[in-house]
Amino acid sequence: MVGMTEHSGSSEDGGCQEAIHRLYHYLDGELTEERRRAIQAHLDECNPCLEAYDFEAELRSIVAGHCREQPPSTLRDRVAAALRSEREAAAGRRIGGSTPGRS
Amino acid sequence: MADRERFAELAMEHMDSLYGAAIRMTRNPADAEDLVQETYLKAYRAFDSFAEGTNLKAWLYRILTNTYINAYRARRRRPEQSDIEDIEDLYLYRRLGGLEAAQAGRSAEEEVLEHLTDDQVKGAIESLPDQFRLAVLLADVEGFSYKEIAEITGVPIGTVMSRLHRGRRALQKALAEYGLERGLVPTQGG
Repeated sequence: MVGMTEHSGSSEDGGCQEAIHRLYHYLDGELTEERRRAIQAHLDECNPCLEAYDFEAELRSIVAGHCREQPPSTLRDRVAAALRSEREAAAGRRIGGSTPGRS
Repeated sequence: MADRERFAELAMEHMDSLYGAAIRMTRNPADAEDLVQETYLKAYRAFDSFAEGTNLKAWLYRILTNTYINAYRARRRRPEQSDIEDIEDLYLYRRLGGLEAAQAGRSAEEEVLEHLTDDQVKGAIESLPDQFRLAVLLADVEGFSYKEIAEITGVPIGTVMSRLHRGRRALQKALAEYGLERGLVPTQGG
């Protein structure tokens, strides 16, 4: 970092502050293209910020990974049966002469 | 207008992720199964009103979320907002010595992440107050955009961002506490 003009003096703090401030919006893909590029340019030159970004991205992927759930196989059958009986009830109403559709 | 005959074919593929979200919401597998079944029934009955070509997964999540909120409102825990306000950004990373000791290498921080168990991560998410838990689940686990989360939860985008911001900090604090118990996170000041 030493010797890079963008990282000298107060602009270093400003760039890092901005990068940390926008970290989640960046990872969420919710920044404008212009801001995204500005952050990307900062990360290309600032290792501490890049490591913080990497950590947060990794944390998110690990959290999502640990939250995967496999529903019990019986749930699929249960829902399918509930939908079937709902469909049959609706068909029964049609045969009975009432118009299909609900309030 | 969507054809009800095609409902099962289109909607059943989202069951795994709906069930995962339902468990994190209800904190219990039996309630989660009931919630998912109720969601599918309501979605089937309302499928006429679903605009085909729009986001079916987000639509199902909206029904799931509304059903959960309505069914569990009475039991809802009061958000402990004051606790959450005190937490700083990058809480976990800072606690692990990140930013201050960037030159020392990052293996220690990554090691902590690798050691987190299913139960610790699930427990940390489930410890969050309702509205924060929902926002974090929808964004970080399911990958919905701010706009989609706003539509699913029926609040403005600004509210989504604020809940996400606070929810993520609270999640990091909860994870740091699990790490502390296992000696993976240094005690403060140490």
